[in-house]
Amino acid sequence: MQQGVQIDLISEERLSKLTSMEKIHMILDDVRQGTIVILEKGLDPEEQGTLIEMTMHEILPDGFNGIEIETYPSHEEAPGFLQRLLGRTRPESRLTVIGPANQLRMIRKDKDLISAWVSSR
Amino acid sequence: MSIFVQAKNRVSKFLMAFFKKKRSRIGIYGPPNAGKTTLANRIARDWTGEVVGPVSEIPHETRRASRKQDITITGNNGSTITIDIVDTPGVTTKIDYKEFLEYGVGKEEAITRAREATEGVAEAMHWLREDIDGVIYMLDSTEDPFLQVNIMMVGIIESRKLPVLIVANKIDLPDASPQRIRTAFPQHPVIPISSTEGSNIEELYEKMVLHFG
Repeated sequence: MQQGVQIDLISEERLSKLTSMEKIHMILDDVRQGTIVILEKGLDPEEQGTLIEMTMHEILPDGFNGIEIETYPSHEEAPGFLQRLLGRTRPESRLTVIGPANQLRMIRKDKDLISAWVSSR
Repeated sequence: MSIFVQAKNRVSKFLMAFFKKKRSRIGIYGPPNAGKTTLANRIARDWTGEVVGPVSEIPHETRRASRKQDITITGNNGSTITIDIVDTPGVTTKIDYKEFLEYGVGKEEAITRAREATEGVAEAMHWLREDIDGVIYMLDSTEDPFLQVNIMMVGIIESRKLPVLIVANKIDLPDASPQRIRTAFPQHPVIPISSTEGSNIEELYEKMVLHFG
């Protein structure tokens, strides 16, 4: 049987139709199966916090041992007049790679490059 | 007791409840082995004479958030803050019990430690969402600060609009580079310290009074 790794590239449009919990369940279900998930647009900070918390609940000895996650550094969106007035700016979430910690290893990251190494299970 | 004294006591209690400053809970967050418990112990020892928890070179020695209450810190100009310090388990996105085996821990104990550590990280995230008023984000200044977990955690703290001080710990070590941490998080004050030796700890206390007061 051929060895390989499944990679799911999920568009911003598809992500926008999902609730936060749906996104996190989808990511964790895929990653626990050994799939590398690439999100065209990353998670917001609240979702990232929930992802860490839920990942911890899924870890098992000699089984799933967590996730590796990497994203480009966020750009601050240029604030509009109202945002400047209210002092609000929202960091832009960018392409994000998530995979099983025992299969995905980040080699290098800078502002517009993520280099990763993936092993099969 | 006369009606006047009773009324005076009631008014006094009401005013105290109304004007009493809420005691802030300050969480010490950061990756495993950054020195969070060492700092929590130093703060508690300096201002109350007691400690918060045990320290160890084994990652995830702290597996439950622990709180030391009623710590009053006085700044140079005499202003004070009273806080609770919450020492939290090191935040990470992965925990493998096999890592503990490298420190001479037996398999059963390693599995137990790993399970407790996962619960501890989840608990720390829960505290951050519900019960924390300010954060000391602790980094080992000999390590790469650009790790995704640090970027995510600082983003989460910012999104909750919590005041944050970043502490560049372990400046007593030869490879320490607090400047790398300043470069990673230019939007926040970075205070270089050695929590083991106590170097520059006074600056941290000053900043805590300013930021969390």
